[in-house]
Amino acid sequence: MPDSFIPTSAELLRILPEIILVLAATLIMVLAPLVKGREQNALGYVSLYGLVAALAAALSGYFDPGPAFHQLILVDGFATYFRVLVIFAGILTTLASYQYLRREDADSGEYYALLLFSVSGQSLMAASNDLIMIFIGLEISSLASYVMAGFLRNRAQAIEAALKYFLLGSFATAFLLYGVAWIYGITGSTYLLTIRSVFERGAQTPGILLAGAAAALIFVGFAFKVAAWPFQSWAPDVYQGAPVPVAAFLSAGPKAAAFAVFVRVFVTALGPIGGRWEPLFWLSALATMLIGNFAALVQTNIKRLLAYSSIAHAGYVLVAMTAHSEIGTAAVMFYMAAYVLMNVGAFAVVAHVCGRQERFVELEDFAGLGERQPVSAALLTVFLLSLIGVPLTAGFFGKFYIFRAALQADLVWLTVLGLLASAVAAYYYLRIIVIMYMHQPAESAAELPPLRGALGAAVWISAAGTLVLGIFPSLILNFAGNSALLAR
Amino acid sequence: MLHLWLIPAFPLAGFLANGLVGRRASKAAVNLIAIGSVVLSLLWVLKTLAALGPLEHTHIERYFTWFQSGDLRVGFDLAVDRLTAVMLLVVTSVGLLIHIYAIGYMSHEGGYYRFFAYFNLFMFFMLLLVMAANFLLMFVGWEGVGLCSYLLIGFYFLRHSATTAGNKAFIVNRIGDYGFTLAVFLIFLGFGSLDFETVFAAAAGRPVETSAGALTLIGLLLLAGAAGKSAQIPLYVWLPDAMEGPTPVSALIHAATMVTAGVYMIARCAPLYTRAPLALDVVALVGLATAVLAAIIGLAQTDIKKVFAYSTVSQLGYMFLGLGSGAYSAGIFHLVTHAFFKALLFLGAGSVIHALSGEQDLRRMGGLRKHTPVTFVTILCAAVAIAGVPPFSGFHSKDAILLAAHHHAPWMYWAGVATAGLTAFYVFRAVFLAFFGTYRGPHHPHESPAVMTLPLAALALLSLAGGYFNVPRWLEPMFPPAEGAHDALLVYISVAAAAAGISLAWLMYVARPGLADRLAGRLGWLYRLVYNKFFVDEIYDRALVRPCVEGSSAVLWRGVDAGLIDGAVNQVGMKARDAGSVLRLIQSGSIRSYAAWVLWGSVLALAALVLSRGAR
Repeated sequence: MPDSFIPTSAELLRILPEIILVLAATLIMVLAPLVKGREQNALGYVSLYGLVAALAAALSGYFDPGPAFHQLILVDGFATYFRVLVIFAGILTTLASYQYLRREDADSGEYYALLLFSVSGQSLMAASNDLIMIFIGLEISSLASYVMAGFLRNRAQAIEAALKYFLLGSFATAFLLYGVAWIYGITGSTYLLTIRSVFERGAQTPGILLAGAAAALIFVGFAFKVAAWPFQSWAPDVYQGAPVPVAAFLSAGPKAAAFAVFVRVFVTALGPIGGRWEPLFWLSALATMLIGNFAALVQTNIKRLLAYSSIAHAGYVLVAMTAHSEIGTAAVMFYMAAYVLMNVGAFAVVAHVCGRQERFVELEDFAGLGERQPVSAALLTVFLLSLIGVPLTAGFFGKFYIFRAALQADLVWLTVLGLLASAVAAYYYLRIIVIMYMHQPAESAAELPPLRGALGAAVWISAAGTLVLGIFPSLILNFAGNSALLAR
Repeated sequence: MLHLWLIPAFPLAGFLANGLVGRRASKAAVNLIAIGSVVLSLLWVLKTLAALGPLEHTHIERYFTWFQSGDLRVGFDLAVDRLTAVMLLVVTSVGLLIHIYAIGYMSHEGGYYRFFAYFNLFMFFMLLLVMAANFLLMFVGWEGVGLCSYLLIGFYFLRHSATTAGNKAFIVNRIGDYGFTLAVFLIFLGFGSLDFETVFAAAAGRPVETSAGALTLIGLLLLAGAAGKSAQIPLYVWLPDAMEGPTPVSALIHAATMVTAGVYMIARCAPLYTRAPLALDVVALVGLATAVLAAIIGLAQTDIKKVFAYSTVSQLGYMFLGLGSGAYSAGIFHLVTHAFFKALLFLGAGSVIHALSGEQDLRRMGGLRKHTPVTFVTILCAAVAIAGVPPFSGFHSKDAILLAAHHHAPWMYWAGVATAGLTAFYVFRAVFLAFFGTYRGPHHPHESPAVMTLPLAALALLSLAGGYFNVPRWLEPMFPPAEGAHDALLVYISVAAAAAGISLAWLMYVARPGLADRLAGRLGWLYRLVYNKFFVDEIYDRALVRPCVEGSSAVLWRGVDAGLIDGAVNQVGMKARDAGSVLRLIQSGSIRSYAAWVLWGSVLALAALVLSRGAR
């Protein structure tokens, strides 16, 4: 390791995706004042190209794995996987936002800049190998997304959502930081690998009791970000209040990145005390699945329904984490890819249907969509079937691998209860399909333009991905399986 | 790597192109895509086979793991051996001719692009079926061709009879496919793999089952699947109804290729059947019974396509008889020649129907040889081929089957010969009724365009000379050689039966035209029995369908579903919604209460982790 603080070119290459994202965001900020009003929408292209370049950089990083910046960064298969995933979520969000912003007369370069900054934070989280780096990445990601939630300043709901998200998010992050401090106090380090080696000494470790407390505090921070019980209450309010594309983004990118660090911290650093934290995960996974699915049953607003559904899905992922095995990690990885595709896809269809100022976000507004917009309805059906977990969709294999991992870890009851909870979910997803195809549209139903352009691309890409992963899961499952063995 | 995947990929690309943008494309563009993709596929087959040469060993290409779960690994693997080579050539060449023919036949129909998109999709699944290197991938093709069959039978979906026929085909096939799936499960249980190579190698090491055992059960379940797809007793009832589809569909799917998938599958599983002689006997019996029954029903049909449909069922029965007699290569040989002459019969019938603006009833035809000479000559070629007149193609393959049957059990030979006589009779009955005598209908018949007659001519050539493709010799290394010496006397007898059938048809429908009706009048009840297809559909309806429907509606629907399940679900649903409503109370919307939740949650997490002694 070089003793100098000047990074080598190899080290810079390992954070090339983040560099590209930040440069593109800065470029947008510089260009934005020079471009007038509605034409700022063109900056969406800069965002798109920046994200695609970052995606390429992230992919190429796979062929040059290794640490950088004194072990603060670690580029391995796991990091590459989640980097690609969060950048991909950023691409889908950019595509889904373009027409939405135009419709709301909110064309703005800032929006895309914030999006890029947020993605860069998530990408950094995916590649972090140190608690402080994780915290920095998390903050970069969160601060930008707080602003995005309240981006439509003239909408009271959005402002409220942003404020709630910000206050509660800061509150939870404080717990995370406190936990990091405790870990440092116990082990004398913030490097994940060093922390692990200390805990590997088992019961002789000084302060093993305190380690549990530290793990609990870190759990609070991450569980808040993924909206797991008992820290899920912010999510429905925020998703409902935020603009639809932002809700899509919040439910995808930040969640994927948070799960990446969740896994890395708990499996790598805190893996040796897995037996201690397993019951808490067990309880949280079960409660998250139950609350998400049961609360979704009574929702009449589609954004709120999807918010509860995304809580339930976080519960499924926690089931795989409870297994804390290699195939559990692989299952988390696969599920997040499936989840990003189907969830962003579903939100993108909502962004299409909701109309100006989101007038049509009640479930009954989807009545007769099968007739009015056969393509949108069919694609939304694909996403909903995948969210249920019907075979031939990505969601099926996602659930399959998660519950298989749980069974192999002897988590029989969690598997049984989880499957029952996911059966409940079929009810509210199918209800949307029933409304779309079997209910007559209301007289006041709006004329919708055809699903075209960038938004159409976002929906079609998500649908294609959902089906491809549902038929050929091995395309990414093999990669996930090979990368699931984290450094230890 | 010979890139075998390109063979099915071309038609798939054609399907995607026509399916997605065909609606807006011109007919010429749709034609170019549909025909072009099949031409490319055929060329790639030829290139591949040229590169593989004599194919001493199976050429397998493993692309990627489709999925893996525990011990089960299923790969996307394609393979070519001598059997597959035969199937590939038949499917792509006959498929290409029928595609070309369909340009003319479908030119006045709506949904032109949709038709060709489905046709291409069918080619994709059929090629996948014959190239798959494991049972599951084969099943994908198997179900895929079934789907295309359903879509194309119901192509005129505004016609009620067409949609019902589509449903019937689909549902009857479900029954067979259930057997197929069970067989696949058993194979995985017994052999721990679904790969043809592994399973057959393991099967080769097992003793021949003298009494019913696992292999016999697998063989019988596979037969159930084959009987569904290849229209054998008791599942043959869907095929005659399937004639509701456009005639090129009847030719390609319901005569030449898809319905032979069952024959191919049993031949493919020869290593299993060879060790389960009991199952093989059942194959032979089912085949023979089907051949006889369908031939008899074919005697009295008046719809030209129905005649040929029952003929297809009967000829498929022959193939099963060949397989069941242990002469796998003879069965495949008949599959090949049948693809030529039966496709030709259907396309010829289509040409006649086209000429008469949709008329299918033989009683309103007649004298057409003057109006549609090319169609007449080509159909005659097919008729002599199917009747088994030497030296045309059907003679060679039927002979091989009958000889094998004689070696297997002489009475099967005699039943087969009698059926051959019936075959010759009903085919020539149709030819004479349609083309001889005087025209009995109201239309002005006209010959079809060259785009339709040229494929007819090509198929006529194949029907006449196809017997000289020595398929049994080519397949010799794959299958145990068929036993039984070539007995000239047996050949003469079967030829005599064919001659007798043709002469009788001549006598009844050309020389003494009133004779047939008088005979039908004299044998009133027998004629009605045959004319009404032995009332099999009605018997199935009374014995199976209605009890199922009524039982389902009374017990399963009103009792179990509406009463028990709905009741329970509604109760659970109500309780669940109540639970959901309680959860709503937590969701007050106030930041302060949310923050309190975060705090209490943290306390809980801390307590859980500090107090936890570890779960394992």
